[in-house]
Amino acid sequence: MSITWYLAVSAILFAIGLFGVFVRRNPLVLLLCLELLLGAANLALLAFDRHHAANDGSILAIIVMVVAACEVTVGLGIVVAMHRRGQPIDVDRTRELQG
Amino acid sequence: MTSTVGTLAWLVLLAPLFGAISIGLLFKQLSGRAAGALATTVLFTSFALSVATLVALQSEPEESRQVTANLWDYAVTAGLDVKLSLLVDPLSVIMMLVVTGVSSLIHLYATAYMVSDEGYNRFFSYLNLFVFSMLVLVLGGNLVLLIVGWGLVGMASYLLISFWYRRKTATKAGIKAFLINVFGDVGIVLGSFLLLRHAGTVDYLELFAKAEGAFAAHPHDLTWGLVLILLGAFAKSAQFPLHTWLPDAMEGPTPVSALIHAATMVTAGVYLIARLHPLFELSDVAATVGVVIGTITLVMAATMAIVQTDLKRIIAYSTMSQIGYMVVAVSAGAYTAGIFHLMTHAFFKALLFMAAGSVIGAMGGVQDIDRMGGLRKALPFTFACFMIGSLALAGLPPFSGFFSKDEILGGLLERGDWYTIIAAIGYLAALLTACYSFRAIYKVFYGDLNEETQQIADGHHLHFAPANPSTGEAEDYEVGFPGKEHHTAEENLPMKVAMGTLAFLAVVAGLLQIPHVTHVVGDFLHPTFHASELLEQTEASTSTALLGMGLGTLAALLGIGIATQLWLKKPGSTAGIQAKLQSLHTLLSNKYYVDEAIDLIIVRPFRWAGAVFERHTERLVTQTAVVGGSSGVVRIASALVRAAQTGSVRIYAAVVSSSTAAILLYALVVR
Repeated sequence: MSITWYLAVSAILFAIGLFGVFVRRNPLVLLLCLELLLGAANLALLAFDRHHAANDGSILAIIVMVVAACEVTVGLGIVVAMHRRGQPIDVDRTRELQG
Repeated sequence: MTSTVGTLAWLVLLAPLFGAISIGLLFKQLSGRAAGALATTVLFTSFALSVATLVALQSEPEESRQVTANLWDYAVTAGLDVKLSLLVDPLSVIMMLVVTGVSSLIHLYATAYMVSDEGYNRFFSYLNLFVFSMLVLVLGGNLVLLIVGWGLVGMASYLLISFWYRRKTATKAGIKAFLINVFGDVGIVLGSFLLLRHAGTVDYLELFAKAEGAFAAHPHDLTWGLVLILLGAFAKSAQFPLHTWLPDAMEGPTPVSALIHAATMVTAGVYLIARLHPLFELSDVAATVGVVIGTITLVMAATMAIVQTDLKRIIAYSTMSQIGYMVVAVSAGAYTAGIFHLMTHAFFKALLFMAAGSVIGAMGGVQDIDRMGGLRKALPFTFACFMIGSLALAGLPPFSGFFSKDEILGGLLERGDWYTIIAAIGYLAALLTACYSFRAIYKVFYGDLNEETQQIADGHHLHFAPANPSTGEAEDYEVGFPGKEHHTAEENLPMKVAMGTLAFLAVVAGLLQIPHVTHVVGDFLHPTFHASELLEQTEASTSTALLGMGLGTLAALLGIGIATQLWLKKPGSTAGIQAKLQSLHTLLSNKYYVDEAIDLIIVRPFRWAGAVFERHTERLVTQTAVVGGSSGVVRIASALVRAAQTGSVRIYAAVVSSSTAAILLYALVVR
């Protein structure tokens, strides 16, 4: 099977994820969409890896997974903390860090 | 590699440091006399190690009695060779013995004398710190370590002068001493730069070896360097015109006056000149400056002491005067005599201060000799010690001060030329010395008992409401003020032991070096000064020595005679003399107006310049233009950037992704 299909699926996943990040306001969904983005990237990496018969892409993919795990841990922690302190679970209403 | 001598010397140095740090850290845990006991033990250990160093050094052959003990290299780069090294030679060993020996006895004295003070532990931590600093100063093997020690003793002196830190006069005196000493420190640092510039080394022995060749083409730099270094020596040793801090330093507790402002720290200048003697022999100008300033100081201080009525200040002026003798000696080439006088002076001057402390203890803190009198019977031990100290100070045979002072003046006579005049001035000042020291004795111990001293004779100490003796300001007994009880040697064994030992030394130490009979000190110091030509020129011949000793005895007896006539036989006769010489008396009791002159020449112009700069430069240029300008630029720039910081996560995501896309497109299209 040609690499094109893999890349097409990866691109579609990436587009869905990016769309979600742009339009959704719930931080939990935002995190899910970020995971989609990273999954799309991983898919592309592995596709190129197989295509070139090298190992670099799979190693990079594992690193991306580690980063993703860390990011979700911190992100969920922040969301839970926000909820506990009675903050709105809405990224548009939490803009205290503006300049 | 470090030899046995070097290892022992390092241990001598570390013992008081250990004491200072452990008492400093445990000051809340140590109760009762524990801190004093610890500090004193540490010091006696240090003294024992010094003796071991002496023994180890003496077992070396004479030509290798200059041991450099390098612990590690501190900054060894091109053109700089700063090492953490000690120079152990006879000069540093004799200084080490004097410092640790006298300090141990003073620590012992202080364990009893300071026991009622709320700051007892703090006091001993500072005292140990001081001894450590002083040992760094005398043992350091290069100019950099010397400067380190020099600065540290200045700090320890500041801490101890201001020991009663809630007393305004004490903190003022501490700041004054610190400022004047820092002025001298700057001189030493600049002078060292000049020496380093041409000789290319800060190590003493290398410096001396290279000096003649290195400075042959730059004699002026050598002179300026040494004069700047002398500035530091004068500040630390309270020589004219940087002497004004020493009398004020008497605000500190009496053991501090005995240790720092009589026996050890103030003699650092003498040590420094003796240490750098190969350089001073290359520069006549610098040596002459030393002789002249020393002479001015020794006369000035002796005359000021005659009209002074504060017991401790009288002794402080006599310290200045005696250090004047030492500075003259080591500047004129009579190194052995200078160091010998340094040693005997440490003994009898520490003894005098301790005895004065005992008197002040009985008087409940009063230091005014006009309020004392007839204390001979009430304080017999203190009286005996004060008498021995004064006889040694006055220079009466066979007390130690006689032989050491005589050796200085005999050396000057032998060198001839204009040094003869200096010697004559020296004898005149010796007469004054005998006169003022016996004035103090007669006023304090002889005469009739007055109302207050009658109580002491009846076996009570005086007690007053706590107050500052110099201003009368009310105080309390909390930390930062003197303690509730005062102590005398009569009822405290440690004080008696310390004073008794020093009294013994003050009597017999002179026998070490009797002209043409014994020369223990001279032989011992020979390895340090063996290359000196001046030392031989100042070794008095038999006839000169005899003449000098005769003159010295005569001056001392005459001085004592005058004092007896004026203050013992006809007390009150001085009032008439004072009335006749009113202007002289005013001049002397105002200390020659040196304080006022310094105020006029240095303090006021600086204060005026400070006020002007504060008003114009500081407000306009610094605050408005520099500070306001730079912060304004930052404020405007940040206002522009701040707009991008919206706080909305979705906008950030859009910006990140669209700009990444833009960069990718750019890369694709342009390629």
